[in-house]
Amino acid sequence: MSQRIPVTELTPDFRGRAEEALADGQLRNNFRVAMDSLMTKRANAFPDADEREGLRELGNRIKAGALSRLPDLLEQLEQKLTENGVKVHWAETVEEANSLVHGIIEARKGSQVVKGKSMVSEEMEMNDYLAERGVECLESDMGEYIVQLDNEKPSHIIMPAIHKNARQVSKLFHDKLGEPETEDVNQLIQIGRRTLRRKFMEADVGVSGVNFAIAETGTLLLVENEGNGRMSTTAPPVHIAVTGIEKVVPNLRDVVPLVSLLTRSALGQPITTYVNLISGPRKPDELDGPEEVHLVLLDNGRTGAFADAQMRQTLNCIRCGACMNHCPVYTRVGGHTYGEVYPGPIGKIITPHMAGLDKVPDHPSASSLCGACGEVCPVKIPIPELLQRLRQENVKNPEQPQQVKGGGAKYSRTERWIWRGWQMLNTRPALYRSFLWAATRFRVLAPKKAGSWTENHSAPVPARRSLHDLAARHLDQNGGRPS
Amino acid sequence: MSARANILGKLRNSLAGTTPRPDEFDERLVTAPWRYAPEDRIDRLRSLMEAVHTEVHPCRSDNWPELVAELLNKRNLTNLLCAPSREHGRALQAYFEATEQKVELLAYDQPVEAWKEELFWNVEASLTGTLGGIAATGTLVLWPDRHEPRLMSLVPPVHIALLKASEIHDNLYDMMVAQDWAAGLPTNVLLVSGPSKTADIEQVLAYGAHGPRELIVLVLEDA
Repeated sequence: MSQRIPVTELTPDFRGRAEEALADGQLRNNFRVAMDSLMTKRANAFPDADEREGLRELGNRIKAGALSRLPDLLEQLEQKLTENGVKVHWAETVEEANSLVHGIIEARKGSQVVKGKSMVSEEMEMNDYLAERGVECLESDMGEYIVQLDNEKPSHIIMPAIHKNARQVSKLFHDKLGEPETEDVNQLIQIGRRTLRRKFMEADVGVSGVNFAIAETGTLLLVENEGNGRMSTTAPPVHIAVTGIEKVVPNLRDVVPLVSLLTRSALGQPITTYVNLISGPRKPDELDGPEEVHLVLLDNGRTGAFADAQMRQTLNCIRCGACMNHCPVYTRVGGHTYGEVYPGPIGKIITPHMAGLDKVPDHPSASSLCGACGEVCPVKIPIPELLQRLRQENVKNPEQPQQVKGGGAKYSRTERWIWRGWQMLNTRPALYRSFLWAATRFRVLAPKKAGSWTENHSAPVPARRSLHDLAARHLDQNGGRPS
Repeated sequence: MSARANILGKLRNSLAGTTPRPDEFDERLVTAPWRYAPEDRIDRLRSLMEAVHTEVHPCRSDNWPELVAELLNKRNLTNLLCAPSREHGRALQAYFEATEQKVELLAYDQPVEAWKEELFWNVEASLTGTLGGIAATGTLVLWPDRHEPRLMSLVPPVHIALLKASEIHDNLYDMMVAQDWAAGLPTNVLLVSGPSKTADIEQVLAYGAHGPRELIVLVLEDA
């Protein structure tokens, strides 16, 4: 059974979805196989540990440096892009961003949009917004196209349709496009190629994301393997790029290490098939390229994350997906279980600023804190540390002012009292000894049920004698000497 | 207040009292591991490009048009888009005329709007020059212009690229610095490292997703 959990119908029931996913053998197999392969590819792409660590350190410094002067860089980017003939727009919310995009399309009387892969447009739910206004917005990345055709959302930020196998895609193409069934992946891709080629040609507007925006030269850089990004940004008469405000880097040279980190961490490739640097619309003497290029800079909670020096590190993210590929939880429950645009470890730490921690209260604790995500992050975001921070924010008294949007959702008076009791017991030796004496002597009275713990575990029973007692007796028998 | 003012205001507010971090770019990290002896550059580029399904043919300035004809005939292709306003375009044209090749040479000499349908459905192959290559990643660098526009290397199912051996750089950083890219970029710069591909279904690699199914690189060893 495949899951269909549109982001628009977000329910906070992470646990329910996780249980469903864990019981779905096909889904688990699809993810296990894919994640194992992605981990191997990444490892092979970084054969020299010193080189890798040096590059990660550099990646971290570039991003942290960029964030330390973000407002200036955004202004510089805007100025350079404007000089180059690109129109820059700013949006605080997804509603504003959608309305800007729709306005540009409307001004051109456009009705067909092709979109290259963009996670920010997923944040905006742009496809739905435009569809409601009579504009067809078609995904052109093969994986995105497949999930859109099945009315789903991506389950992985790099491999959107990774939860499906060839048989499922074949059935989908058969049902929706009337194509003969085939499990040959090459044939399936050729079906996608044929269908989308006409769309690229006919589209009034192309939409894309941005991997890096270069302030120095006023350039938008996009990486991809398929060529759909180049098609979407080149063939239609208008190109609209949408991106988060954190994607700006100061200098052109900065993208050399960042692109290398991105493609090697994401797919284990030394570089993607295409790296597309766009610095302006078609010039009067040129024969193709869009007549208009627009950039929409979106906030959507990013300034909130930025305000907190620790959580600001989430804005280092270059969206490679390595953290999810290496996450033992993600591999088992899959991307849809998270019920949000960004799944996996990175999703857990950036979603609170967008949607509010109260929308995703189970996310910070859906982690074994094994540390793999932080270890592979190409820009060294300390993901486990930030997860622990969010666990604390989760249980803060909701009546107090919150540092993270929607904090305090898991606050429990009972839990608070239990911890108070625990503190008292452990800071007063006399009380502690009497408690131990009572707990060991009256062990048969220990409760048989201990909340959700005993749903899957046997109830804890205190030992007959405490370790303290046993040690004291042992020393007595040996005349005070340890043996 | 505009969205722009609000966003910049909030960011500035959060940075109040802090100083920007110094620029700590260390170019050795992106150059030292990616250095090659001049005679190894072609091999490095070739092996990386072949690993992603690219055909790489070493040749010379005087015999590459012959090779192009051979490659096209082997595939039974009937037309080729190339730029007669470029030196290599003229050389190819001269050879094709002299040898009475059946392959029709097409030129991208009008705005895309005027012939989009034909470009998308009828052009079978294209030939472009390149600005250079990158040995570290097995990459071609293209700066499209009015002679060889952006879609020329993307839409036709077969793309043939000419690469001068002397213009293969060790790594992207060296090339950017040597040619002072930061001083000004054209409207579009492309790094191309193979034919179009995807692994979006079950991670099975399939070539010819939306761009060229085949990329053929002719390395001019004497140029």
